[in-house]
Amino acid sequence: MNVVVCIKLVPDPNTPGELEAATWRLRRDLADQVLDPADECGIEAGLRLVEAHGGEVRVVSMGPEKALDAIRKALAMGAARGVLVSEEGLRGSDALTTAKVLAAAIGREPFDLVITATESTDGYTGVVPQAIAELLGLPAVTFVTAVASDGSALTVTRQDEGGSARIAATLPCLLAVTAGVNEPRYPSLRGIMGAKSKPLERLTPADLGLDGLGGASAGQTVVAVTPAEQRRAGEVVSDDGTGAHRIVELLVEARVI
Amino acid sequence: MALGTVWVFAELSQGRPATGALELLTKARSLGAGAVEAVCLGPEAREAAAELGRHGAATVYVATDPGFSDLLLGGPAAATLAALAVERAPDLVLLAGTHAGRDVAGRLAARLDVPVIANGLDVEAGEAITVTTSIFGTTQVVRTEFGSHRPAIALFRPKSFTAEAAGTAEPRLVEIPAVIEEQDRRARVVDRSPDLAAGPKLEDAPVVVSGGRGLQDPANFELLREVAGLLHGAVGASRAVVDAGWVPYSLQVGQTGKTVKPTVYIACGISGAMQHTVGMKGAQRVVAINRDPQAPIFKLADLGIVGDAVTVLRALAAELRSREG
Repeated sequence: MNVVVCIKLVPDPNTPGELEAATWRLRRDLADQVLDPADECGIEAGLRLVEAHGGEVRVVSMGPEKALDAIRKALAMGAARGVLVSEEGLRGSDALTTAKVLAAAIGREPFDLVITATESTDGYTGVVPQAIAELLGLPAVTFVTAVASDGSALTVTRQDEGGSARIAATLPCLLAVTAGVNEPRYPSLRGIMGAKSKPLERLTPADLGLDGLGGASAGQTVVAVTPAEQRRAGEVVSDDGTGAHRIVELLVEARVI
Repeated sequence: MALGTVWVFAELSQGRPATGALELLTKARSLGAGAVEAVCLGPEAREAAAELGRHGAATVYVATDPGFSDLLLGGPAAATLAALAVERAPDLVLLAGTHAGRDVAGRLAARLDVPVIANGLDVEAGEAITVTTSIFGTTQVVRTEFGSHRPAIALFRPKSFTAEAAGTAEPRLVEIPAVIEEQDRRARVVDRSPDLAAGPKLEDAPVVVSGGRGLQDPANFELLREVAGLLHGAVGASRAVVDAGWVPYSLQVGQTGKTVKPTVYIACGISGAMQHTVGMKGAQRVVAINRDPQAPIFKLADLGIVGDAVTVLRALAAELRSREG
């Protein structure tokens, strides 16, 4: 089973974000840049499938030069090779442009399965996986919490607001996995050393036959960014045994009891 | 440029229009659109039309193919909407940002080659169509304008608008053909398992008692359930404990979970990561209990208790029981 996993380099989610003043794009120079933790689950899901059924995991990413670090981490975890699509003009791409680039990179070679996270940790539009599936003509099972396969078909658990559903899918298809799907492995020392000799390809949108994408040609423009009205902090007290009573007083005042 | 037709994609929930659709129709009425219409796809779509009409849909397009419920909704709904959009040329398509809504919107945008804006909180139509979103845990408000592509597609966070009926108008019902591609038949629903929770729905409960890692042990969620029960409220959870498998996803509050706006929200052992606060900061009052006095949740709490959540909850349960006497 040949699996393609889409991955992204994101600012470390544990550090606060900031925008560039002139462009309202996310500043990527402040925080450490890391492989999106959500993508580690996708890589892990792909690795488990190829370990059970043969084949290989290929990772694709769109992003700056630095995204090679994210790809190297995926290779260290066990992916066989990686592709980075990079070009200054892609900065600030919207969801559809991102999907077009990733779909073109995925479709360059035959594959059985595409795996993504449900959304990136920094941009979180949460519609890129579905757009990729549409562009590649695949069914998409999103919000996946469990994956089982006999090598040719998949049984997948999908969660939604009211519960979960079991989905039977045949290949090729796309899965968008949640963080609950597995516990991603840490790269081993051997994996990290081995990653250095794995194939890593760099492409531009033109190499994929895509021109005039992203940036100024995107169909949406940020016109203003302003601070939001914030909740004001109230009283913070140490629990000296009266904490519960203080809560009851608030509940009475709010007329819920 | 005057706004032409606005569509609301109306998901079905147990045979009725989902709340999100009614919220969006209410908003659509205020946009000064040439027409407000709904598209409802599923075996019970016809029965749902009247309520969509009461909330402002002059026309309801329906298709009742069983594929809309036996298959995943995203593919068939996007294909059906796209075919109709080519014929009817709406200016704007509004969808609720549910799981299914995201599946439909992402595919529809790709199919029509038009932009999509997600996580919307508000929309205006003047010279341009502008959608408001927020970033960095809702500390910054972003306004984004659509370019000239039509239709513009936008997804909105639940409860961004309040649903209000407009009257009793019977909508015009238009049957449309379902478009289901071969690819979409390759993934089908085998069975569904609803998460059954006692008490009011998390999204509608007047009081929400939520737990996070600070509860230390999944068994302590029982205590949360007891307190929620005594308050006729619902139990919520942070993403950390859902990912850890303590409680089902249906309890998750936050960016990737539910949005709640209760009268009182009690966060127990939740640090207050942006991921979580996005889903609860609309609460009228917030109570936070956390051991760490530096926890960000205290920055938005009306009442913050620095202490052990389990100890405080036990005392709270005892006091509430004695009040019920």
